[in-house]
Amino acid sequence: MSFYDWKIIGSSTFVGFRNYINAFNDPILNISWRNTIIYSIATVPGQMIFAITAAILLNQKIKGRIFFRTLYFLPVVTSWIVVSFIFIFLFNSQAGLINYILKDILHITRQYYAWLSNGKSALFVIALLGIWKGIGWSMVIFLAGLQSIPEELYEAARIDGASQARLFWKITIPLMRSTLVYVLVMLVIGSFQVFISVYIMTGGGPMHQTEVVLTWLYTNAFSYLRFGYGSAIAVIMTTFIFIITIMQIKLLSKPVEY
Amino acid sequence: MLRSRFLKNTILYVILLSGVIITIIPFLYMLSTSLKDQVYVFEIPPKFIPEEPTIQNYIVAWGAGNFRLYFLNSLIVAISTVVLVVLFSSMLAFVFARYRFPGKNILFYSLIMTLMIPVIVYIIPEFILIKKLYLLNSLIGLILIYTSSQLAMYTFLLKGFFAEIPKELEDAAKLDGCNMVRVYWQIMLPLAKPALATVCIFSFLNSWDEFVVALTMINDVNKRTLPIALAMFQGQYFTKWGLVFAASIIAIMPVIAVFIIFQRHFVRGITTSGLKG
Repeated sequence: MSFYDWKIIGSSTFVGFRNYINAFNDPILNISWRNTIIYSIATVPGQMIFAITAAILLNQKIKGRIFFRTLYFLPVVTSWIVVSFIFIFLFNSQAGLINYILKDILHITRQYYAWLSNGKSALFVIALLGIWKGIGWSMVIFLAGLQSIPEELYEAARIDGASQARLFWKITIPLMRSTLVYVLVMLVIGSFQVFISVYIMTGGGPMHQTEVVLTWLYTNAFSYLRFGYGSAIAVIMTTFIFIITIMQIKLLSKPVEY
Repeated sequence: MLRSRFLKNTILYVILLSGVIITIIPFLYMLSTSLKDQVYVFEIPPKFIPEEPTIQNYIVAWGAGNFRLYFLNSLIVAISTVVLVVLFSSMLAFVFARYRFPGKNILFYSLIMTLMIPVIVYIIPEFILIKKLYLLNSLIGLILIYTSSQLAMYTFLLKGFFAEIPKELEDAAKLDGCNMVRVYWQIMLPLAKPALATVCIFSFLNSWDEFVVALTMINDVNKRTLPIALAMFQGQYFTKWGLVFAASIIAIMPVIAVFIIFQRHFVRGITTSGLKG
């Protein structure tokens, strides 16, 4: 389909690589790629750092582990639509909680700020939502990984006088390697799929400043009915995800050495 | 030693509790706003405990337009999908786990490959396919798409589970004269109950929350599912946040309930197969 000027009604004409050439010269698609990559770079490490911290803390012998785990997981099971609503409201310019905290309690900002009306700050809020919603999922997987590390290894190292930091870098991280790579790969794939939060919170606006690849694909296909062009974007996206995934797996998964 | 341990635990709990606050405050804020009259929604300073709590928003949301119809639509779609997914993915998994046949690996890996591709990427051909089948604007179309898009994941999960069931059980049954269908139905399925429960839960959640496909395939006002209805609702009552949040809470209630009741299955499902919520 990506090689056609595809029409929903009537006959479609073959256009060769025209859709692909258009895709590389489309300024809005360029913005979309930039935003998608920024989103990925911001949310993937963000989620991983918070998630591994939470997992390590919850792996200690403390009371209420299930309680904490359940609560941290709550955003993961809540629909994207609803969490997007919550974030629109938290960051709204009239009386949003965030504005109130920043201006009236912490006195950092002078006035209430319209977070979602500006491309940069809107992207920030969208990324923040991505991190907030995703932590629980990675945390649960990390927790399972941590629990599979035999306690004896730590004891032996402690007897040899290893510090807490050394235990983390020399035992935890190497033994968690495959789990880390797995989570990384899944999160990167997931981050390129960002769609609903953008669609609901900004619709790609203002002036396409927060457009991401999939929202632009969707708008082209289902608002402008440019199915051929949309398909070309889809093919490029799939190829891109595929290459990135293979690269990560090749680069990062060395066999574990004990 | 004892003191440093106490100190360490205190720090631990402080960090964990601040995590809880960050996680839970947006939800509490939603809950409290949903209990406020419109007059108080934008008040400054924002109050967590509403001055005059009212369930008016819930009554209005539940009665508004076709809300109950949308709730029912979502329920029909989600439950039908769960039934079909459990049936077909367990059959597929059983065959993949137990039988050898030419092309098995190619079939299995091409199934797994589909997991990597985002839904929106193949939504255009899917839209055209569904249109050609005259299934646009029909719940049946949605059920078919949801079932087919979820099959790969759960086949993968169940195959792992079936492969671990000792083969001797099956051999014994076969000696007693059980055929393939009876082995599947009377031995494998009952033994796989915990895994099947996991499949049910995740399949229900995914179907209940699905937005993009429903947005694309459904135009008819009477066929909308809840996520679409919510998005439209928010567009319509843009500043009536009390109402929007009351509707949202009604919509996520089933999911939260399922999650809290079955959270053991949840965690197991995620950790054994990397399901994404």
